[in-house]
Amino acid sequence: MSNIEDILRRYRSGSHDNLIPILQEVQGEEGFVPEEAIIKIGSFLGMSTTKIYGVATFYDQFRFVPFGKVHLRICNGTTCFINGSTPVINAVKEAFGTDPGQTTRDGRFSFELTACMGGCNEGPVLKVGDDYYSHLRTEDIPEMVRKLKNLADLQ
Amino acid sequence: MKANTGSGLKEFLIEEVLRHHSDNLKPETKKRLSEIRREKPSKPVIYINTGTAAIISGALKSAVVIEEYLTDLDINAEVVRVGCHGPASFEPIVCIHLPGKNKLIFRNITEDKVESLLNGVFHNDMPEEDLVAQDGNTGFEAWQGIPFINEIPWFRLQKRVILSNCGCYDPGSIEEYIARGGYLQFLKTVRNYTYEEVCDIIEKSGLRGRSGGGFKTGLKWKYALNASSDNRYLICNAKESDPGAYTDRTVLEGDPHRLIEGICIASYAVGASTAIIFLKTGAVHSLEKLERALEAVRDYGLTGHNIFSSGFNLEILIRNEAGAFVCGEETALIGSLEGKRGMPELKPPYPTTSGLYGKPTVINNVETLMNVPLIMEHGPEWFRSMGTEGSKGTKLFSIAGRGRLLGLVEVEMGTTFRTIVEGIADGIKEGRSFKTLQIGGPSGTFITEENLDIPVDYEALRQAGTAMGSGGLVIVDDSTCMVDLVRYYMGFIHNESCGKCIPCREGTGRMLEILENVIRKPHSEDANATLERFKGVMQLETIASVMKDTSLCGLGQTAPNPFISALNNYREEFEEHIFDRRCRANVCRGLRTFSIDVDKCTGCTACASKCPPNAIYGTRLQPFFIVDEKCIGCGICFDICKFSAISVK
Repeated sequence: MSNIEDILRRYRSGSHDNLIPILQEVQGEEGFVPEEAIIKIGSFLGMSTTKIYGVATFYDQFRFVPFGKVHLRICNGTTCFINGSTPVINAVKEAFGTDPGQTTRDGRFSFELTACMGGCNEGPVLKVGDDYYSHLRTEDIPEMVRKLKNLADLQ
Repeated sequence: MKANTGSGLKEFLIEEVLRHHSDNLKPETKKRLSEIRREKPSKPVIYINTGTAAIISGALKSAVVIEEYLTDLDINAEVVRVGCHGPASFEPIVCIHLPGKNKLIFRNITEDKVESLLNGVFHNDMPEEDLVAQDGNTGFEAWQGIPFINEIPWFRLQKRVILSNCGCYDPGSIEEYIARGGYLQFLKTVRNYTYEEVCDIIEKSGLRGRSGGGFKTGLKWKYALNASSDNRYLICNAKESDPGAYTDRTVLEGDPHRLIEGICIASYAVGASTAIIFLKTGAVHSLEKLERALEAVRDYGLTGHNIFSSGFNLEILIRNEAGAFVCGEETALIGSLEGKRGMPELKPPYPTTSGLYGKPTVINNVETLMNVPLIMEHGPEWFRSMGTEGSKGTKLFSIAGRGRLLGLVEVEMGTTFRTIVEGIADGIKEGRSFKTLQIGGPSGTFITEENLDIPVDYEALRQAGTAMGSGGLVIVDDSTCMVDLVRYYMGFIHNESCGKCIPCREGTGRMLEILENVIRKPHSEDANATLERFKGVMQLETIASVMKDTSLCGLGQTAPNPFISALNNYREEFEEHIFDRRCRANVCRGLRTFSIDVDKCTGCTACASKCPPNAIYGTRLQPFFIVDEKCIGCGICFDICKFSAISVK
């Protein structure tokens, strides 16, 4: 949790407009926004924790559970949708047994849906770490999940 | 490796180019600038696109392989990583400029193709199938039998003004941008013009905001300038979270310095000493390029305190938005920057009088600001000479969907959408037919085949009941179901509605429910499921009109647009779904019924073993059958059957 204090030191206390950048940095550091962080930010900025929680839940970016070891981002932009991202998303959901934004019980996987990633000629697109998987089909998912499971076990 | 790492380059550029007041440069200065621009390379130069679309197609891997190839064979050549040219379907694009010859453009150079490409190029045996064109503007020896770039429809039908630098220089190198005449306009503006004069020039040019509304940019700046205040802000809206639009991101990655120069000029014009770039979350490649560019600008003294002894101070900050579609709305954006929930406020007061921290604030979109340095350079008359009566200049569009060629294009205002769809995008992919063109993202509308002759023009589009939007064009073919597409957009808006006003929060929810009901499988037609479905359908139009009239901000007011437009133009498809329970595109899973042809089925059990809800029954080596009530319409059996025994209705 000392990380959070390091982050806070870089900001001016009491200035509410820094709330979102602080939350973004905390999430960048921790992978999610822990409860203790919200309490600390609250006393630093002089805001009630409910208010911070209200702001944080408003935005899609903030998570309150840690990422899985392997985190997938699936593009749900219009082109990927037209090219059949829905069945792919359903297949991923089924394979992991979670909904977008959640993490599996064993903490190995999490996935989220994003708006357009900008790879419209390659859709549906999926991103794991820095790697992109393109032109996905439902048939490819079991094979990919198997690979990702190995990857998660290695980490 | 790089041509522009000569000694004292920074001092040279600052002293000889930027501080230099007159247009006549010394011959040796000109020569050195031309070297930085790589105009007459003495060794081969290999340009590789590394925009987001290219990275997704594997450009970074190709770049590594190219560099390895050059080192392994000890070839003296330069590799430059440039921004995106536009045609995303050709990514990864590699351009090769051999000394004394025209530049060649190659497409789809994935890592496995690099070796054969470079072998061919260095041994004068061009791999024809990957070759797109040669760049004919370089004044070198032309290649025989290879088309010029302006003979290819994709490039010929465009007017590349904003995109002129994209794909030509390394976005990480401020030196190259300055050598191309960059930042001179900013310094000229600061030295020669007053705030009002800059606003006048922009107003005279007829530039209108490119983010959808089409408000006159010069006028907006004047409002902010004339509002009395001790401090003003300029915000560059680079949020672009419309699913299916990637114009701003792509130009920003390809030419970040022109955007920064535009921000500098705009900040001067409105008297702002702080400019904020509000960037889309998750756009890692854009962020990285912008940060690098801003650092270089600061290093050159082009931002900061008393810029080039002009007395003008400017600080440019990047703020990452946190992922809320509604924050594209001006007042919501300001709320988000102030650390609140991004919820729209009632207007007036407009941000130009009371915006960020209550100070006058101008919010401009990336594309609008990219035009500004060009107008300052060529003059307002030049800008007025492009386009139509009411809409001047050019417009960027990101073409997505089912077109043969996709990517970022720039067309002159007044170009028809037919030219874009049939000419630039080269029609629809093999074996399919055009259905509709979606413009303006989740709050946009559909343009039918007959209406494709509408020109790109704010007024013409308004008359046709649609709007320019942010620049996303999605080409839709007959494999897409309109009802499903409308439901997708409604789901998106419902998810993104901020929840402040009731018409939007509840209206989108109800409309989504009704649309989902229309495409859902009727598990039982007893009870009153059918009645409920019809009741909903009857109410859809009323809900849409109430939302349009009573929502607080543009998000809610335009949310029913896709539905209204689809209903007006593709009513028969809705009726088929509602009355016949049939989806002509075979997309709506709930409405598909599968059956097994007893004559063709061999009883191999392949389908039965894969069926998720176990809806297929039978005995091995005997024909199987599908239980309709259990079937979820996923179509796995249809895809898996080797004997085409399964038919879909």
